[in-house]
Amino acid sequence: MTADLRILVLYAHPNPDVSRTNRALRGAIEDAPGVTVHDLYECYPDLFIDVRREQRMLLEHDVLVFQHPMQWYSAPSIVKEWEDSVLENGWAYGEGGDKLRGKYFLQAVSTGGHPESYVHGGKAHFTVPELLRPFEQMAHYCGMVVLPPFVTNDARDLDDHAIAAQAGRYRALLDAIHRGELPAPFHTIPGKD
Amino acid sequence: MDESFLSQMLVYLAAAVIVVPVFKRLGLGSVLGFLVAGVVIGPWGLKLISDVGAILHFAEIGVALLLFLVGLELDPRRLWSMRKPVFGLGGAQIAVTILAAVGIAHWLGQSITVGIVAGMGFAMSSTAIVLATLAEKNLMPAPAGQASFAVLLAQDLAVIPLLMVLALLAPGATGADFDFLAAGKAIGVIAGVIFVGHTLLRPVLRYMANTRLREIFIAFSLLLVLGTATLVHWVGLSMALGTFLAGVVLADSEYRHELELDIEPFKGLLLGLFFIAVGMSVDIGLFASAPHIVVGLALGVVALKIVLLLPLARLFGVSARDAILFALLLSQAGEFAFVVFGAAGTQNILPRETVDLLTAVVTASMLTTPLILFAYERLIAPWLARGPERAADRIEEHHPVIVAGFGRFGQIVTRLLQGRGVAATIIDHDPNQIELVRRFGWKAYYGDISRLDLLEKAGAAEAKLLIIAVDDPDAARATVKLARSRFPNLAVLARARDRTDAFEYAELGVPAIRETFGSAVEAGERALHILGVGAHAARRFAMWFRRHDEEELVLLAAHRHDQKKLIERTQKARDDLEQLLRDEEGRVRRGGEGGWD
Repeated sequence: MTADLRILVLYAHPNPDVSRTNRALRGAIEDAPGVTVHDLYECYPDLFIDVRREQRMLLEHDVLVFQHPMQWYSAPSIVKEWEDSVLENGWAYGEGGDKLRGKYFLQAVSTGGHPESYVHGGKAHFTVPELLRPFEQMAHYCGMVVLPPFVTNDARDLDDHAIAAQAGRYRALLDAIHRGELPAPFHTIPGKD
Repeated sequence: MDESFLSQMLVYLAAAVIVVPVFKRLGLGSVLGFLVAGVVIGPWGLKLISDVGAILHFAEIGVALLLFLVGLELDPRRLWSMRKPVFGLGGAQIAVTILAAVGIAHWLGQSITVGIVAGMGFAMSSTAIVLATLAEKNLMPAPAGQASFAVLLAQDLAVIPLLMVLALLAPGATGADFDFLAAGKAIGVIAGVIFVGHTLLRPVLRYMANTRLREIFIAFSLLLVLGTATLVHWVGLSMALGTFLAGVVLADSEYRHELELDIEPFKGLLLGLFFIAVGMSVDIGLFASAPHIVVGLALGVVALKIVLLLPLARLFGVSARDAILFALLLSQAGEFAFVVFGAAGTQNILPRETVDLLTAVVTASMLTTPLILFAYERLIAPWLARGPERAADRIEEHHPVIVAGFGRFGQIVTRLLQGRGVAATIIDHDPNQIELVRRFGWKAYYGDISRLDLLEKAGAAEAKLLIIAVDDPDAARATVKLARSRFPNLAVLARARDRTDAFEYAELGVPAIRETFGSAVEAGERALHILGVGAHAARRFAMWFRRHDEEELVLLAAHRHDQKKLIERTQKARDDLEQLLRDEEGRVRRGGEGGWD
């Protein structure tokens, strides 16, 4: 495994000043080696995304991380807008669209619900990885290697201590990835093992 | 301080506050008001003041203060960029006027000496009158104002050489009398003013400012200006030139605004006193004994100066329209003529009677300027604006968009459209603006867009959109109405200068963009962001504000003639907006507490 992977964290929180958990998680990795934190709502307050700039940043990194709270069982809208505009045909997929091939994809999400909601038969009916399938498939389609999502449950109700511990784990994960110590790839694709 | 000083002050102040507002009201300008006030209280009027010469001399400080303030506005770089009009146009004006005076004196059977002295005096315009008028009418930045200022500067610079020539004309003078010592002293003092201004003055100003005693700073400012004036006067330079230099030296210092603020009121009062003194010195007796000679000569001088100034200005690239105003502005003889004629009298170059006559002519010519400008504003300016000296350009091509008015606003709109490949026909009614933007590669046409024929020529019948960005709100609205009635298929987009303007367009049913609204909202958004609100949240607040304000504008337009309702409605709008932004804030907080983190 190649060491010193460069990590691009796309941070998406529409109102960062009311967040506790995501803010703490972000704070823990901001100065991590090889990590670039890119705040989407801060850069594009009107959701008007500079496609070429985003693509340039992607080319300069080996790992793509989406960090965001789960909103309506998905990502905040700017993440979707980012996918729709940046991942162009002929660049990310389609003919000649190989720019992301071989890169790693990680999603770091927080949920407002208890862990027991995100099970079959629970309030959310689906597990978090199942809900993240559109992102997983996006990564697959662009030829990226998908890593298991880093999930923080109960984000609203964690006490400061728990948040700090979770932030430490997040930092440790990105440090390990940076050193090339990657977790096993991951998928929720039915019929594939 | 004796009683007569106090009573004199009373007379001046009373005369000023009674007469000046009336003249200002009548549109005749404050300068003429002060002059007339002077005539009324002077030795030939109510005889309230007697020692006119002393007062006139004292009040010249007002002119010095005025020039100091003008200098503060001009840093050395800008001054250097004016060298061509100053030395070219200004120098030519002085030379040509003296030559013409010599010719006329000869024709009138006078000696060449009389011609030269009269020419030197009459060549000078009144810095005080012209600059005060430019300031009052806001003409300083206009081309005519700039050219006038350059020439005044040249005249002030010419004072020394002219006084030296005068000394040579004195009976019995020889070339040996040329005073090299005086010239050396003058140059030395100028160099000294510049050197001290650059090196010593700033630390001293800082020291004065650090006392945190406003009075001390003001006192020092006055000391600075008066000291400079006295110093340059001592070596025979014009006080105005000296203080002007001091101003220029301090133009890029951090105390510029402080100095401006402190000197301004003194300048206003003393300049007023100066004009009063000029008014008082009008020799009504001489007027009465030979009115045709004084008035005839004064009008002759003014006419001659106009006739000479006009072609000179054109020669130096001033547009015909600006050249007219320029020539009228500088058409009087000025305060320096008093000095020249006075010196000519004491040096026995001219007989006493001639000096008195010439002085009376100068004063009379100074009285004409406010009247001439009054006539210019009422008669010539509207005529120039109406009957265009320059015929509207032929418009060669038609585009889907017509942009009327190619200033700051029109240019941005056009650039955006052009970037998207939408071509626009550009029309502006300012020839200077047209020339300027043409140099930058724009194809702009000259013409008055509120005229039907020009609108037609611009292709209004086939165009899809007319964007109105002309400065004159009346012309803009006239164009809107014209376009609406004659070209119903032509969409119109207007630029509103302010809220009132926007109301008008709302009433006409024309979409209007408020000129400063967008940028002000943007500034508000940035401000919120700097204060720690997230970029996205700040943008949303700004967008709420924008939407609310636009909606409110339409509602307010209905009440715009009813002030009571307008105030009521505006207050309600303010409350509504606060509620709205509180809701948005709450939405975010609820999202954080009860929803996403």
